[in-house]
Amino acid sequence: MFRFLMKGMLRDRHRSLLPSIVVALGVMLTVFMFAYMKGVFDDFFNNAALYDSGHVKITSRAYYEEKDVLPNDLAMEDGPALMKMLRGEYPELEWSERVKFGGLLDAFDENRETRAQVGAAGIGIDFFGPDTAERKRWNLSAGLQSGTLPQKSGDILMGKTLASQMKLGAGDEVTLISSTVNGSMVLQNFNVAGIIYFGTPPMDKGMFLADINDAKYMLDMGDWSSEVLGYFNTPYYDDVRARDLAASFNAAHSDSSDRFSPQMVVMLDDAGLSEYFGYAEKAGSIVSFIMIFAMGVVLWNTGLMGAIRRYGEMGLRLAVGESKAHVYLSLILESLGIAIMGTAVGTMFGLGFSYWLQEVGFNIGSMMGDSEMLMPTIIRAHITPTAFYIGFFPGVFATLLGSALSGLRIFKRDTASLFKELEI
Amino acid sequence: MRNLIPILFMGALPALLPAQPDAAEILRKIDHQMVTESSEATATMIITNRRGRESRITSRSWSKGETTSMVEYLSPAREKGVKMLRLDDVLWMYTPQADRVIQISGHMLRQSVSGSDLSYEDMVDNGKLLDIYDAAVVGEAEFMERPCYVLRLRAKKDADEVTYAQRKVWVDKTRFLPLKEERYAKNGSTLLKNFEIRSVQKIGDRWYPKEMFFKDVLANGQGTRYIIDDIKFNVDIPDYMFTKAALRE
Repeated sequence: MFRFLMKGMLRDRHRSLLPSIVVALGVMLTVFMFAYMKGVFDDFFNNAALYDSGHVKITSRAYYEEKDVLPNDLAMEDGPALMKMLRGEYPELEWSERVKFGGLLDAFDENRETRAQVGAAGIGIDFFGPDTAERKRWNLSAGLQSGTLPQKSGDILMGKTLASQMKLGAGDEVTLISSTVNGSMVLQNFNVAGIIYFGTPPMDKGMFLADINDAKYMLDMGDWSSEVLGYFNTPYYDDVRARDLAASFNAAHSDSSDRFSPQMVVMLDDAGLSEYFGYAEKAGSIVSFIMIFAMGVVLWNTGLMGAIRRYGEMGLRLAVGESKAHVYLSLILESLGIAIMGTAVGTMFGLGFSYWLQEVGFNIGSMMGDSEMLMPTIIRAHITPTAFYIGFFPGVFATLLGSALSGLRIFKRDTASLFKELEI
Repeated sequence: MRNLIPILFMGALPALLPAQPDAAEILRKIDHQMVTESSEATATMIITNRRGRESRITSRSWSKGETTSMVEYLSPAREKGVKMLRLDDVLWMYTPQADRVIQISGHMLRQSVSGSDLSYEDMVDNGKLLDIYDAAVVGEAEFMERPCYVLRLRAKKDADEVTYAQRKVWVDKTRFLPLKEERYAKNGSTLLKNFEIRSVQKIGDRWYPKEMFFKDVLANGQGTRYIIDDIKFNVDIPDYMFTKAALRE
């Protein structure tokens, strides 16, 4: 019967073409929107992980309580021992030490007198360690606009807009006025090795990267560690895995009575992103629901139009003895065929557009203006395995819903008046 | 005549009671003790941070008049060679590590000096109290077993912007040293800093603090002890010492 129905649908294009196009368009939009939302959220979380939180972060309890003011004086003692322990006990993660600090960057003239001063934030990362993954993680080579990556102690990379604002170029010297963990004012000279484009406006406007050892020396931290970030060997954050790890680490190594004992926090809690993560997790469901609703209404209407056009055919089929339920079932089966066909085509196009957005991206830099959000300027889609089947839910469900609703009219036909109607 | 005696006695009563001190006169005496024409001193600052750890900074300082001074850090090694020059209301800082001289102004003046409970403003703000404040004696009390006058100081309307708009000062009745101070913000109720003189020394005919204690009420540290190891008054200091060029030498 299904084969028979398919033949009928293919031969009578009025019966299949419009509903198929509607389904294909809806599914294409569903797949594309899902991949787009996934891409935006994933980039957002990846940025947070890269710049700020890692997938998990270890700080002292005291530091975490005041983390917004970068209290490096409350850092964990004996950082090297902590790193050794982490790499030994938790080898499934890449561990990176970071130190964040702020101050006034002071550009000077040939008489060493102040020429320009700008408030800036610095992050100390491991540029030179033998096992460092930071250069690759930050994708520094790709973002380098001029100069070189740091070659020696004292070299820094400066955000593109910040450098431009201070009229600094690669090779220039700049002084950072900051304070040590003891509160002493410190003036430290750095060499601008390269100008980098982070691709995130707040960072390009006000951030520079220094080697972590230089940063620690400047801050007079000795071997203390402010923050140790852990990254799973997967490109995307896994909340369940992160929470399991944090629970086991804190049970083994954290002491709630010691303010300076280490404490592991997962990215979502550290960066306050739990709510956003919830939205991201529900992105597929939200898009599917909207599409099911919208397409259902359209296909219901299409079904009603089809039913009017096929009014005579239905009447004849009922007149020759076909049961109403059978006619209804055949309509549902027809719609199933249309749904599968339209969904396949829609998914194909949806994946195609998503792939383009994933690879090429869409630059929204000019629209972000002075945004302080840690969002990348290039928006990209992200095709996940879910994108391959997400379209089937609205595609099939909405089509069946539309047909089921419009087909209900069959049961309202009065058999006694069929012959009168068929005289026409 | 019998009626006259009590009247005469009552007339003589004020002369028999202890003399009510004049607040301005007390300030003048404090200034006489604390402000010198010139001085050269070596001092140690002991800072206890919020982890309860102590750090020590030794420094050598020279001052001339009320508004000219130079401080050079002698230790620890990391701070050695750092110099600060005060010329009137302007403060310059030099660090040999960066070979830079920068002016400390604006909000930077409110920052702590080397993590201590003293701000750069405190360093600049050492003019004569009599020039800056109107004073009133509000009571008497004992502090560290010394009888004191308690004075309330309010900044004069025509005084330049002052760091502490109001102060409550416990002044030693005989040595005229401000043994204890509560330093307040403009509103008069927000306590910003506590100050105590914990021991004193007599140099010539002048009583001078030996050990002082500062506590920034808004900071998390546990206070700063400032000990004057050695001090000489009215010494001859060349003017060149108080120039920006001298910072780099």
